[in-house]
Amino acid sequence: MYIEPHIHMVVRTIDDYTALAHAGCVAVTEPAFWAGYDRATPQAFADYFDQLTLHEPKRAAGFGIDHYCWLCINPKEAEDPGFAREVIELIPPLLERPNVLGIGEIGLNKNSKNEMLILEAQLELAADHDQLVLVHTPHLEDKLKGTRLIMDAIKRNGRLSPERVLIDHMEEHTIGEVLDRGFWAGMTLYPYTKCNPTRAVDIVECFGQERMWFNSSGDWGVSDPMAVPKFMMELRRRGHDAATVQRMTLDNPKAFLGQCPKFSADGF
Amino acid sequence: MQRTTVIDRDFIEARAALLDVAAFLDRLDRAEGDDDFRATALRAATALLDDGHPDRVRRLLEHFSDPTTTLLDHAPSQGAAGAYDPASSV
Repeated sequence: MYIEPHIHMVVRTIDDYTALAHAGCVAVTEPAFWAGYDRATPQAFADYFDQLTLHEPKRAAGFGIDHYCWLCINPKEAEDPGFAREVIELIPPLLERPNVLGIGEIGLNKNSKNEMLILEAQLELAADHDQLVLVHTPHLEDKLKGTRLIMDAIKRNGRLSPERVLIDHMEEHTIGEVLDRGFWAGMTLYPYTKCNPTRAVDIVECFGQERMWFNSSGDWGVSDPMAVPKFMMELRRRGHDAATVQRMTLDNPKAFLGQCPKFSADGF
Repeated sequence: MQRTTVIDRDFIEARAALLDVAAFLDRLDRAEGDDDFRATALRAATALLDDGHPDRVRRLLEHFSDPTTTLLDHAPSQGAAGAYDPASSV
């Protein structure tokens, strides 16, 4: 039994839901993200937010999986601040919907000034509405710089407690600072970029078991919805006990997500 | 855990990964033209693999990272290359 805390099910197939259920997944959380193209109108985001909050939970329920989500405009579509602010205005009334856990995945992509403006606006939104925050960090060569800029922005905000913020897509060069500054850290397990199941177990062995979760971030690109079960298998292969496997893939996600009263861990 | 246990468990996978790097460099040799900043960064990264110091993964990731600290005026693209291009800050 495990939680997949970061996956983009709107672009995954019924076969993926079947595989997740067969592997023991009992809940998924789905951040709002880039569709692979820039949406032309704020209305396109309104439709996407309805898909995340109204339709996808029903599709997941068909496989006995609880579906939760996070709302935002992602940093790749933040380079036009006027457009981004129109999208942000759509979000507050939707925060009341029962499967919405917070604001995410917000962050930076290329570490630009406009991206930072929209990140700061969405940090304000989260603080105004007492929301949990799920942070996307930049890719590849931009990650180290972006992660530090994001943590500084959260500190500047001053109204968000680090223990209510999870900074995702961490690797060996960023996780130490994130944990040292009191945030939660997420490791995304990808075939080529970001982390992978083998290195993720190294991270557990080197950085401990506190304030971290592991996810597939399965999306429309090269990704693997079964990455978390593969991480669990690697933990067992290296001799870690069942309690450690459960802590990394069920108890830790429950502890972070449970800070939102809408997250129900009943039954698992 | 004994070092021999790690070797028994992971050697074949590590050997395969190293051969993939070697094959990539051989492929570059057979191709025409010059290296770009990514290939240059990768060749330099190989020196870190067995330099006698620990934390190789962290240091490799730092080697490929943008060392600057200020925000860009505008995002130059939406993608990432995998290695920092020193010419991008000129």
